[in-house]
Amino acid sequence: MSVKVLTANRLTDGEAVWLGANGDWLDHIDGALVARHAEAAAALEEAGKAAIRSNLVIDVNVIDVEERGEHLYPVRLRERIRQLGPTVRLDLGKQAEKPAANAA
Amino acid sequence: MYRYDEFDHAFVSARVEQFKDQVERRLAGELTEEQFRPLRLMNGVYLQLHAYMLRVAIPYGTLSARQMRKLAHIARTYDRGYGHFTTRQNLQYNWPALKDMPKVLDELAEVEMHALQTSGNCIRNVTADHFAGAAADEIADPRPYAEILRQWSSMHPEFSYLPRKFKIAVTGAERDRAAIQVHDIGLHLKKNEAGEIGFAVYVGGGQGRTPMVAKKIRDFLPVEDLLTYTTAIMRVYNLNGRRDNKYKARIKILVHETGTEELTRQVEIEWLALKNSDLKLPQTDVDAIDSYFRPPHLPQRPEGWSALASARKADHAFAAWVDQNVTPHKNPDYGVVTISLKPIGGIPGDATDAQMDLVADIAEQFSQDEIRVSHEQNLILPHVAIADLRIVYDLLLTDGLATANAGLITDIISCPGLDYCALATARSIPVAQRISERFADPARQADIGELKLKISGCINACGHHHVGHIGILGVEKKGEELYQISLGGSGDEICTIGDITGRGFSSEEIVDAIETIVDRYLEVRTDKEETFLAAYRRLGAAPFKDALYSEAANAA
Repeated sequence: MSVKVLTANRLTDGEAVWLGANGDWLDHIDGALVARHAEAAAALEEAGKAAIRSNLVIDVNVIDVEERGEHLYPVRLRERIRQLGPTVRLDLGKQAEKPAANAA
Repeated sequence: MYRYDEFDHAFVSARVEQFKDQVERRLAGELTEEQFRPLRLMNGVYLQLHAYMLRVAIPYGTLSARQMRKLAHIARTYDRGYGHFTTRQNLQYNWPALKDMPKVLDELAEVEMHALQTSGNCIRNVTADHFAGAAADEIADPRPYAEILRQWSSMHPEFSYLPRKFKIAVTGAERDRAAIQVHDIGLHLKKNEAGEIGFAVYVGGGQGRTPMVAKKIRDFLPVEDLLTYTTAIMRVYNLNGRRDNKYKARIKILVHETGTEELTRQVEIEWLALKNSDLKLPQTDVDAIDSYFRPPHLPQRPEGWSALASARKADHAFAAWVDQNVTPHKNPDYGVVTISLKPIGGIPGDATDAQMDLVADIAEQFSQDEIRVSHEQNLILPHVAIADLRIVYDLLLTDGLATANAGLITDIISCPGLDYCALATARSIPVAQRISERFADPARQADIGELKLKISGCINACGHHHVGHIGILGVEKKGEELYQISLGGSGDEICTIGDITGRGFSSEEIVDAIETIVDRYLEVRTDKEETFLAAYRRLGAAPFKDALYSEAANAA
């Protein structure tokens, strides 16, 4: 079943980030605050609007993810690529920082 | 090459200072993203999937060695050690931080470069034939006119908020290497019966979601009227172009909806009022710009031909490279060298900082300090003596830059696609890589002959798929990447938009599908002289569709 998390790009360097349970923006999707029902998703939307006003991040979006064990797996390929980095340059992006499954 | 005058320097420096202040205010939270976004876009700063992207303008694709070294330095210092040359003859950095942008723009300004008008609804970087000033078949160098257009259109107050972006291309030869008929305005330099230079003017071409071939609205426009006539076109577009619907806002839609005859009439009326205005180009001004683009002094080097003959005999790989990547120069002792940025299995258009430095060194020593970027995502050394081809080849070999595939099936144009681009709906680079690997065998490529394969990862068509002899468009369908094929497109002087074959192919199927098309071409061509495009034009889509879909049906 798909649930939702809030993602954005960090203002200073444009890096993809996800909203964590403690309100911080995380560099990796695992640990993101998961919305499991409509009210929680609406709260994420509100958090997104507040985040834009706070000028920490830009391009804020609620996205669908699946919970796979301890990991969160974005439903759309676009978001899986954002999560990892270019599939054609495994030496770049977040995939280069820590071992992770290929996006494709 | 054109060199900045005091005005150019002051203008670019002022813009860098202005943007520096805007970035500082954004980072301090004094500007919202809504306020800042149009400002950053005016300075070439986009937001993509992983980071910001900076698009640097390379006017009419011309670079000096010093400029190329600066691009390499920026890649190394502020990015991840590479840049991506685009189908608009520009360079994109994929990873710069916002806080570094002012420093990068400062560095660019040091070498007379900038990122202005590489985004936004303005007149974008003017493009030109990448063989300009060198090609044997050229009537006149298009770059002086592209430069005049650049100066006129930079920060033009009337045309900074057009209904949509606006692209102008100029070619100076009968063979159109600048794809002018898929531009908003295409200018074809030609001579009239009196031997005077002027332009055939095309309007309303473009790719994207509604591809259209431009309409010729004037067969011969004298040079002195370049700006008056262009302004007339811009005014008609600015006034009547649709602002209610982003997807119908390009001039191609205006031309289509108004009709060529009526639009031409409107332009001509507007032109009458402008024809004798201050915009009329004095010959002295044209000459002044032209002087920057005078052909370099090329010493006689006749010894090259015998050396070339023996070098060719001794090394088949070198001979293949000369045959494929060296084009005739105006001076018979020289050649125009295409440096392929399409190594087998590589990322089309990407170059590392070390490769950029190497190209700069070679250009300085062996090509009169000149480099060009082609819209086909390759680099060009425009003035290489035949006598120096062997040493240039050997130097290119040292860093993987001597792939002998210019114009062949592995010389694929590909947009960044979903690996980088926020607008993309499917990946394009991995498809290009797999096709390149499938057709890697040089003998097979040579047998197939000229075949332009172009891939876009979304309907915006940055990968020019509509004018690919074989075009591939990646879309997202039910959460999966799906690739649609079109055939018979061409961006040259006989410009055509490709025909979609039918249902699309999955990522797993697409390379086999391309091979099926190519194999069918090899079966049906009259002989080796008949190119893929010629065969398609003779036979139409039927044999290829038959091969694609009946075979697919058989397999299923």
